[in-house]
Amino acid sequence: MWLTNSSIGRKVMMSVTGLALILFLTFHGSMNVVALFSKDAYNMICELLGANWYAVVATLGLAALALLHIVYAFILTWQNRKARGNSSYAVTDKPEKVEWASQNMLVLGIIILLGLCLHLFNFWYNMMFAELMGWENLTHSPSDGFAWIVETFSNPCFVVLYVIWICAIWFHLTHGFWSAMQTLGWSGKLWLNRWKCIGFIYVTLLMLMFLVVVLAFAFKCAPSLCCAGA
Amino acid sequence: MAKVIDSKIPAGPVPEKWKEYKAHQRLVNPKNKLKLDVIVVGTGLAGASAAASLGEMGFNVYNFCIQDSPRRAHSIAAQGGINAAKNYQNDGDSVYRLFYDTVKGGDYRAREANVYRLAEVSNNIIDQCVAQGVPFAREYGGMLANRSFGGAQVSRTFYAKGQTGQQLLLGAYSSLSAQVKAGKVKLFTRYEMEDVVIVNGRARGIIAKNLVTGKLERFTANAVVIATGGYGNAYFLSTNAMGCNCTAAIQCYRKGAYMANPAYVQIHPTCIPVHGDKQSKLTLMSESLRNDGRIWVPKKLEDAKKLQEGTLQGWEIPEEDRDYYLERRYPAFGNLVPRDVASRAAKERCDKGFGVNNTGLAVFLDFSESINRLGLDAMKQRYGNLFDMYEEITDVYPGDLANEINGVKYYKPMMIYPAIHYTMGGVWVDYELQTSIPGLFAIGECNFSDHGANRLGASALMQGLADGYFVLPYTIQNYLADQAIWPKVSTDLPEFAEAEKAVEAEIDRLMNIKGKRSVDSIHKELGHIMWEYVGMGRTAEGLKTGIQKMKELQKEFDTNLFVPGTKEGLNVELDKAIHLRDFFTMGELVAHDALSRNESCGGHFREEYQTEEGEAKRDDENFFYVGCWEYQGKDKDPELIKEPLEYEAIKVQTRNYKN
Amino acid sequence: MAKNISVTIKFWKQNGPKDKGHFDTHELKNVPDDTSFLEALDIMNEELIAAGKEPFVFDHDCREGICGMCSLYINGTPHGKTERGATTCQLYMRRFKDGDTITVEPWRSAGFPVIKDCMVDRGAFDKIIQAGGYTTIRTGQAQDANAILIPKEDADEAMDCASCIGCGACVAACKNGSAMLFVSSKVSQLALLPQGRVEAARRAKAMVAKMDELGFGNCTNTRACEAVCPKCETIANIARLNREFICAKLSD
Repeated sequence: MWLTNSSIGRKVMMSVTGLALILFLTFHGSMNVVALFSKDAYNMICELLGANWYAVVATLGLAALALLHIVYAFILTWQNRKARGNSSYAVTDKPEKVEWASQNMLVLGIIILLGLCLHLFNFWYNMMFAELMGWENLTHSPSDGFAWIVETFSNPCFVVLYVIWICAIWFHLTHGFWSAMQTLGWSGKLWLNRWKCIGFIYVTLLMLMFLVVVLAFAFKCAPSLCCAGA
Repeated sequence: MAKVIDSKIPAGPVPEKWKEYKAHQRLVNPKNKLKLDVIVVGTGLAGASAAASLGEMGFNVYNFCIQDSPRRAHSIAAQGGINAAKNYQNDGDSVYRLFYDTVKGGDYRAREANVYRLAEVSNNIIDQCVAQGVPFAREYGGMLANRSFGGAQVSRTFYAKGQTGQQLLLGAYSSLSAQVKAGKVKLFTRYEMEDVVIVNGRARGIIAKNLVTGKLERFTANAVVIATGGYGNAYFLSTNAMGCNCTAAIQCYRKGAYMANPAYVQIHPTCIPVHGDKQSKLTLMSESLRNDGRIWVPKKLEDAKKLQEGTLQGWEIPEEDRDYYLERRYPAFGNLVPRDVASRAAKERCDKGFGVNNTGLAVFLDFSESINRLGLDAMKQRYGNLFDMYEEITDVYPGDLANEINGVKYYKPMMIYPAIHYTMGGVWVDYELQTSIPGLFAIGECNFSDHGANRLGASALMQGLADGYFVLPYTIQNYLADQAIWPKVSTDLPEFAEAEKAVEAEIDRLMNIKGKRSVDSIHKELGHIMWEYVGMGRTAEGLKTGIQKMKELQKEFDTNLFVPGTKEGLNVELDKAIHLRDFFTMGELVAHDALSRNESCGGHFREEYQTEEGEAKRDDENFFYVGCWEYQGKDKDPELIKEPLEYEAIKVQTRNYKN
Repeated sequence: MAKNISVTIKFWKQNGPKDKGHFDTHELKNVPDDTSFLEALDIMNEELIAAGKEPFVFDHDCREGICGMCSLYINGTPHGKTERGATTCQLYMRRFKDGDTITVEPWRSAGFPVIKDCMVDRGAFDKIIQAGGYTTIRTGQAQDANAILIPKEDADEAMDCASCIGCGACVAACKNGSAMLFVSSKVSQLALLPQGRVEAARRAKAMVAKMDELGFGNCTNTRACEAVCPKCETIANIARLNREFICAKLSD
């Protein structure tokens, strides 16, 4: 199977899973934004997703995507280390053209993975997992997503960790987005720069979306951000 | 009794000879091809194309190169282009005209039959290369583009930017690679041929040195083809690559192959001038620059003095004080005269004191007029990489606007000076490209056959590929046809053992001199002698002195050489020492040939034989022959054998590029 | 006018692929700055030989920037740093300052084992080309060269791709030891021309398979390769190779 036994195939797997995860982030981010405006609306979404069969299936799919992305990242890195050989240069001079993120995707990925664990512990564990387990004695109802947000971001430690996490994702995606397009062959002399530009704007907006929610709750100006601003 | 040389030129009128030959030659049947082995030494245009074609025909080919990959061969450095008689420009070109120009450019010292064949197959080369995916320059309509080159009045040169040699070589290399994959060619990289093995009077194999392990290895075959390039590095400073050497050719010469016309050495007019004594090689600026560049020196001697002192810059000299000496002397061809003429004219001006740099050995190549007419962008499009290269080396960018005098813009000119570039002479071959040793063939720059006394620009690529793709694969069959019935020659034969022992002994001798001087220091000295006495302007007196000095230096080499390290494993210095040993032999050959040829023709200019205007004076009565040299043993002078030239299609006349 | 500079050369010595290797240093005094870097190394070698030592071994040949033989990693950059792409042989001493220490290392990559000092074995590149970097054409059977019209733009772009000299700087610079820029340049050249289209799918698959088999790494689009390529090959070629390869696999 070329997706597993050829270098380009493996990279295609990385690209496709990566792009799918960006798509997921887009949905996730859009839902988060709702919490800025209305507690009820947000909780309605939480209820809609909840532990319904389709949400569970989607979550499993998502987990599979993420797992593939991570497993392939480690396989590729291991292979690349091997291809690089044992001897390293005494002096290296990184050309200006080379982005920092592109050389540190694995490190960024590991930071993102750690952040993900925290995030799952903060939310998914208390919500979908609790509902599946049928836990009753929690501080908030599993479907009261809004309350979980408020609780999490009332802790400044979590706020700082989440901000770091979002920054790491931003770095990871600014390279990841155009890199995925390049790997899929949807690039060229012209489109390389276009994808870079599109990717930069898109990813920045996406990450701002997440960041705003975190900060809004941290500084307690949600759910009526628009009203507070007015 | 004088030896008679048979060049095996087929009968019939010149234009029919090759067709006739092919129609009647012996062929090897497909089954027998599988039984026949051919050794091809060298992977340049000639070697790679021959190996690929022979492999594709079914022969088992063993292909050797000294570099780490066949793609590194020095053919890669040819910049300008490749000639062909396609007449795509509708300017009246034809096979005959290309043939005629080549013979005339060679100052009527080439074999007619060979040159006609070359012109004839030139068109096939272009077809072949395009099919391989060589990205020749094209016009907007999708047709192939052409440029003009020195020595021709038509545009017949095909080019791929300034990297034509590279693209053609990569084309041949790709075909070779296909045959390697098909298992028909076995490739040996970082191997150097040290000797040819002769069994019963026929070339039956080679002794090659594995340059990495230092071990000598024996290879046997039914025929041996050498495609090992020229001997320009005998001059130390040349445009050849550092690794170019004539060891294989000289070793064949020592085993009985004739060396022909060694005095014909081409001096390329447009090289970057020498800048110091540490310089390792000279860099060529493509001749194509002469299409748009104008060559000049100051009219006034005092201006030249100031230029040499560095108190005046070229761009400060106005139009009226410039002497475009090529345009002045040769109105019809102007800056596009053949290379030998352009080189000598530059030397003449510099000898008179008009040189323009601190050494006094340089002339200007100026693009101001073309930039003013066509714009800098158009110039960059044509010569961008050459301009960049020039800047990298000299820190001067030829497209930089430097001055404006009376509304005329002057750009920084290049400085150029002639340098050793190509060797027309080489191993003697007959019409079949077979040397005087049966079963030993020589192709490409390595042989002498097609360029006469001077090679026209863009003809070297043509000859290399013609030999490799379209000539040798046929003619070698005429030799191989009856070889399949003989059992394979074993490498255990005493002839192989002897040859290997001799090479080993030579290596030991060089290793054990244990003197004081490095190979390069002696090589540099040899180069100085060559350039001084056997260079552009030769005299009988100078040549004799040169030979004497070479002999003295040879003694120094034999007694005071120091090769560090051991003969086991990789030893670059040892390999250089072996090359230098053979450059000595070659250098003396060049001098002997130059001394015996009491005339001036093409790349060989004897100062005693020139017209009042300083043009070369040929002597067709006494020197209308190929000078073939036969080895007589170490420390003995070689012996000259003459192969008379016969012209039927072309009337021999004085070359004229004036009108 | 050239001025003289003095530098310290710190160069890599390694006796064969299994040797651990180490750095030696040599003080080079009063070298004219219009000397090329390789000529400076020649001078150093002459001095080493005069001292009875073995010279420093490195690959070089044409010294015009076209054969692709020279391959030194100089002060952390393959071929050394110049404004536009250039090979080691086109690096001149005027790029350095008086008193500089110049560190010279070989290409370091598992795909290019060291033969001696800074001379490495790039035979893997030949093997990749042998896998499919050609059009199958029998000598002498080609049709007239002008029978296939090729738009100038395509021919020019193919020419740019074909300019690759196979020096291996891309692999040397890549933190993944990937040969994608080299492979993609050849695939692109032939994919852009009608003559090469016929075998395009086969070629892309075969060359990538060989590249993987030889142990080169996976491309992660860091662009280090194009930043150091002396012939300015771009990663647009890599995108084209990806496209060719994926399309070929999808239509299998």
